Amino acid sequence: MRVYLTRRLLQSLLVLLGVSFVVFFILHLTGDPALVLLPPDATAEDVQRFREAMGFNDPFLVQYGRFLTGALRGDFGQSVRHGEPAFHLVIERMPATFELAGAALLIALVLSVPAGIISAVRRNTSLDYVSTVVALLGQSMPTFWLGIMLILVFSVQWNLLPSSGRGGLEHLLLPAITLGLFTTARITRLTRSGMLEVLNQDYIRTARAKGVSDPPVIWKHALKNAAIPIVTIVGIELGTLLGGSVITETIFAWPGVGRLSVQAIYNRDYPVVQAAVFLLSSTFVLVNLVVDVLYTYLDPRIRLR
Amino acid sequence: MSVPAGAIALPAERAPTRREWVVFLRRLARRRTALFGLIVVGLVVVGALGAPWLTTWDPVEQDITNRLRPPGSSGPAGRVHVLGTDHLGRDILARIVFGARPALMVGFAAVAISGLLGMGVGLVSGYFGGRTDDVCMRLADIQLAFPFILLAIAVIGVLGPSLPVIIVVIGVSSWVVYARVVRSSVLSLREREFVQAALALGSRDGRVVLHHILPNALTPWLVVATLDMARVIVIESALSFLGLGVQPPTPTWGGMLADGRVYISTAWWLATFPGLAILFTVLGINLFGDGLRDTLDPRLKV
Repeated sequence: MRVYLTRRLLQSLLVLLGVSFVVFFILHLTGDPALVLLPPDATAEDVQRFREAMGFNDPFLVQYGRFLTGALRGDFGQSVRHGEPAFHLVIERMPATFELAGAALLIALVLSVPAGIISAVRRNTSLDYVSTVVALLGQSMPTFWLGIMLILVFSVQWNLLPSSGRGGLEHLLLPAITLGLFTTARITRLTRSGMLEVLNQDYIRTARAKGVSDPPVIWKHALKNAAIPIVTIVGIELGTLLGGSVITETIFAWPGVGRLSVQAIYNRDYPVVQAAVFLLSSTFVLVNLVVDVLYTYLDPRIRLR
Repeated sequence: MSVPAGAIALPAERAPTRREWVVFLRRLARRRTALFGLIVVGLVVVGALGAPWLTTWDPVEQDITNRLRPPGSSGPAGRVHVLGTDHLGRDILARIVFGARPALMVGFAAVAISGLLGMGVGLVSGYFGGRTDDVCMRLADIQLAFPFILLAIAVIGVLGPSLPVIIVVIGVSSWVVYARVVRSSVLSLREREFVQAALALGSRDGRVVLHHILPNALTPWLVVATLDMARVIVIESALSFLGLGVQPPTPTWGGMLADGRVYISTAWWLATFPGLAILFTVLGINLFGDGLRDTLDPRLKV
């Protein structure tokens, strides 16, 4: 168990190191970071001075080393646009993004797990068909279109819910549904297929044969085992939700990291972009580490490895 | 094994012959949802290829006097705008039909790049195992740690949005699913008798991988590629929606949605129809992909 955890922790650190390199490399994609960062009308002299000041003439690995030590201290440079440390700008907006992603995940779990179970237990009934079709549509619907349609119906036509900004629950509802739909669809399908597989196992037949009634068979015997893949996917889906927030936050003017990053890209404010990509990726790596640790409790077979 | 070399029937495992293809297609066609998906995808492809002959309107021609006309209005010379016009008076149906082109182009090209890349990594990683495998799988973890859209727009922001850049960025960063699924089939194929036999006969690694393992690992790869195409088309539209996709005046579904968003309170048709086009296309591909998976290998978890 300890060996497994240590190895898993080392792996995560290695992944973060790789992430930091990619984030560093974003600026060097064109070969000249000075031209990426400076406005297009900068004179050749300005460019030269800027290169010198930023250390872009140093060897590549030296520059990466500097970026990495900076990143570890939370220093991604100053935002070109806001004149504030990029790290602060991103951290400030993290709670909003987590709030949205958390609400989306909550909606997804509350809707999808029961829907998947009902679908599996009442296989080939009209309930199953409805849930399957809705899940299929949800998986095929682009988030940005769903968001716009929700605004059209609930904000423009019926004037029920606000279409932008962050505030109370009424502000959270539309963006959370928009962001959560794809995840809802995915977990519904996964729960359904997982439950179907488990319900065919011998130990379920045994439980039924000895007279255990339906609800405990489904909720205690079957769901416990069907939950394993669901927990894994929740970790992965959180990455999708954090990344998907880029679109959803833009549509609903939600003041989170996603919207900040999109604006930073429009403004060529790359220190902010780098900080945002690095911090969101680190969050994802961290969440998956936690999920993997939880996993060892759900599935003792892993502990033995 | 002490069997004489000549006694081993090597060609026992091979790619399906034409007869098997016919059987497979019949089985696929019997799944009504898969057939429906195939028809939808076919319609979209035909629409993209035949765009100039399918509509009499020019997708980029502006007509400011006829802007924001609702669906069914007639334009100059009595021609009808079936789905209305946008904020510059351009015919929405024509733009949707032409918008299928960048979507499919990015879809096919990016899937080809990531599919080949992932297949290469999966074959090497699964066949050689050990250190090589560790390195490949850590690379996969690094790739997956990034929020996809955010990394894509950051890179496209630096390089500038153009069709080749978009294709390469999506293609290069989508290889992990392919690598994982190919790797896991290689892991089980490697232990099979026909591979062991080929190795015992002295076949080189390259020959074993290309002639014995690859043809048998293609099935799951194909299913992943089909389903991934749906994902790529959504990403292409998302990039266009954010203004970082194929640039105007080329009509894109995502770009049309972004335009339509501004007029959402006065002209609902601007944003509604391009979204339906994406939904329809992606749904078709998903249905076809699900059918393909269930026909080829129902146990496959993708």
